[in-house]
Amino acid sequence: MKPLALSGRAIAVNAREGAPNHQVLRLVTPADPRVRGPQDAVLVKGGGSVPTGPPSGLVVQVGGEATLAEPGTICLGDEFDYLAAGDVIAVHADSRRVRTLYRRASRHNSFLTTERCNHYCLMCSQPPKNIDDRWLLDEIAAALPLVDPATRSFGLTGGEPLLQWERLVALLAQARDVLPNTAVHVLTNGRAFASPEIADAWAAIAHPDLSAGIPIYAAVDSIHDYVVQAEGAFDETVLGVLRLKERRQRVEIRVVLHSITAPRIVETATWLARNLPFVDHVALMGLENTGFAIANDALLWIDPIEYRASLARAVDILDAARVPTSIYNLPYCVLERPVWPFAAQSISDWKNAYLPQCDQCAAKRSCAGFFSTGRPKQSRAIEPLRTFDLTQA
Amino acid sequence: MSHFQPSTAFEASDGELELLPFRFERLDGDQYLVSNLVGDMTFLSGPDLRRLAALDLAPDDALYALAFEKLLLRRKGQRAPLQLLAMRQRSRSSFLRTPTQLHILVVTLRCEHSCPYCQVSRRSTDRDRYDMSFETAARAVEVALSSPSPHIKLEFQGGEPLLNFDLIRAVVPFAREKAEAAGKTLDFVITSNLALLNDDVLAFCKTHDIVLSTSLDGPEDLHNRNRPRPGGDSHQLAVEGIRRAQATLGKERVGALMTTTEASLGRVEEIVDEYVRLGLDGIFLRPLSPYGFAVKTKQYAKYDSRLWLEFYERGLRYILRLNREGTYFPEFYATLLARRMLSDIPTGYVDLRSPAGIGLGALVYNYDGKVFASDEGRMLAEMGDRTFELGDLATDDYASIILSDKLIDLVGRSLTQCAPQCSSCAFEPHCGADPVYHHATQTDPVGIKPLSGFCARQKGIMTLLVDLLENSPEDAAVLRRWAA
Repeated sequence: MKPLALSGRAIAVNAREGAPNHQVLRLVTPADPRVRGPQDAVLVKGGGSVPTGPPSGLVVQVGGEATLAEPGTICLGDEFDYLAAGDVIAVHADSRRVRTLYRRASRHNSFLTTERCNHYCLMCSQPPKNIDDRWLLDEIAAALPLVDPATRSFGLTGGEPLLQWERLVALLAQARDVLPNTAVHVLTNGRAFASPEIADAWAAIAHPDLSAGIPIYAAVDSIHDYVVQAEGAFDETVLGVLRLKERRQRVEIRVVLHSITAPRIVETATWLARNLPFVDHVALMGLENTGFAIANDALLWIDPIEYRASLARAVDILDAARVPTSIYNLPYCVLERPVWPFAAQSISDWKNAYLPQCDQCAAKRSCAGFFSTGRPKQSRAIEPLRTFDLTQA
Repeated sequence: MSHFQPSTAFEASDGELELLPFRFERLDGDQYLVSNLVGDMTFLSGPDLRRLAALDLAPDDALYALAFEKLLLRRKGQRAPLQLLAMRQRSRSSFLRTPTQLHILVVTLRCEHSCPYCQVSRRSTDRDRYDMSFETAARAVEVALSSPSPHIKLEFQGGEPLLNFDLIRAVVPFAREKAEAAGKTLDFVITSNLALLNDDVLAFCKTHDIVLSTSLDGPEDLHNRNRPRPGGDSHQLAVEGIRRAQATLGKERVGALMTTTEASLGRVEEIVDEYVRLGLDGIFLRPLSPYGFAVKTKQYAKYDSRLWLEFYERGLRYILRLNREGTYFPEFYATLLARRMLSDIPTGYVDLRSPAGIGLGALVYNYDGKVFASDEGRMLAEMGDRTFELGDLATDDYASIILSDKLIDLVGRSLTQCAPQCSSCAFEPHCGADPVYHHATQTDPVGIKPLSGFCARQKGIMTLLVDLLENSPEDAAVLRRWAA
């Protein structure tokens, strides 16, 4: 179980004279008939012959001998072998740092907007850093025009993306213009929307398919605030959700399940069904055991089998209230049969894996599987299903 | 590495909390039903209720979590709890934006049945005298379509409306044309015993998308005893009518209502089975009402609200069992109340709203052109009490009816939010005032609620429903499906 290497170091970067240190590049094949722009680099794999004279003069070579024949060549190791034409990468020439920003074949592209955050969640998979990383938004702005316009959707994550709300709004307006057919899902704690000014600016983008994924971990202020380690968070987040829905914006509520939140999942679902039944989606999510979740393992770990019955009740309560509901990140074998139809293959492809015993399971093809990130921890209930038929769930 | 704070760092400190409005009802023992401003309900023990009222809450207190989730308290300065309550109250009351959706035309007073519990005063003869004229019906349609609601329901009632089917045949296309011109949608219902149903009527209902609502009191012997007619074949004709209507119009286009008489009390399972057997889409377990013949023949006085509640609970539990075993079959009154308890969707059901549905929810046009605030109000007038008579189609229009001093006074006295004993009642958010009932039984539209059968039935049923929702997960799941 190893996630895809979305970032790493180039073996060598032979920068051309006067080239910027930080570049965002779209990979194209040597035979690509499209007109190439200055951001296009020819992708050469496994020691294939390096073409001469691409207009941009840039070549990205994956595997094989690091020849560095010409200036403008970037040599990557085999861990980047998954790269394909249409993908977008970012390269820092001086540090040789390379990050994959977008994979055209993936359904799970997301851009990190910042590592700064006003929450400090006990289970954060992307622990916040108090650094100046405003360049990340510039990088995304450079990448968006290189993204295939046929892309169905992408995400924006953090950190808290709304900390720089004016720049984020500008970026979303750009996405609306250059990728009008691509849905955008922003993961935010929603607190910024408690300000009518920010909620107005968000609505005024008039993006055709924009949604905000906002966590509510419990319907009790002290519990939610404890989980996110920020006093007053619950009040602002709920206000934010109300302001967005007043403006008819799409909102998803995300509830991560661990030993602090899972024991109240029925109460939380009941509260959501009574108070926020108009949200567009509720995701009840298994824990990704990485980042702070590892540090707080003793506090957070609960075997999903312990909450399977209450999770099923919670789903039924939301479903009966006609709230579109999904279960994320949990395999079928830990879920009660009646809620199987709500389970989604939610884990991003680059960190989605299956266990050896999954090869014997009839449900593997449609199962969420597992995270390969961090220190994966498995339920004692995991076992291959001999038969699998969603229609009989 | 990191600096995480303990849970205690996020708990409310002394003096930081304040109560939000809530009401409570004492149940058996030292047990209380507590309800917030918009009717979210929970059970509390006496000690817990007293601790809550005193805000005597310890850190890490389960009572704090419960009270916060149920919007019974907040930390001072918090805005979200108030915004949620305000939004939900607004939604619950939003039926007020579209007054008078239901318009009932009493197309004839004549009927070939002679039911002793009839709420209506039936006449058996004299066609000219007791049938509505086309001119009167056309005027009723005009008044109905001038109400603000974009969606109008026209219900044809009697007597037995099929005895004046020619009028219905003429009014329906007339109303359609007028509704189209007014940009409103229109639904039609005929409330009939179906004894006179024929192919002609069915074809007309199919063409004009008319729903049939009929009466079925249960198995044959019970039904025929309750609903006498020449030939003693009411049940057979109703069943045949239901089957034919189901086949022609579709199962969802025909419904039935039952009335509980003293003879029904021990037989609720048989009554439910009869509805299931006929493929009806649910049942409405209804008590007798204190109007019309039901009072004159003393039917109404034959059982009290306690006996009726026993009947209802037994019936509801039987129906829930059928549902748990896989038959989807709702009890409609429980459905209505569960919807009010589980959502803020405005129901607007005329008997369960505040202000009451008299005039604002429904208007009744009698055969002779007199306009009433409700069907029950019309029945009172037949008994000589014209309290709920609002006007006459010959001289009034929608505005003069709705803005009449008489209606405004009656509506003003129907506000549960401020009526004595309603305003402090835990069930108030889900209830209504039923001024016609209280006028009929206590000669006062407000009434003394502890003496009110309506109040006793409402409290009894709602206590039962909250108990099922809170303490019986399988039944709660069924109730949620009904309410969805």
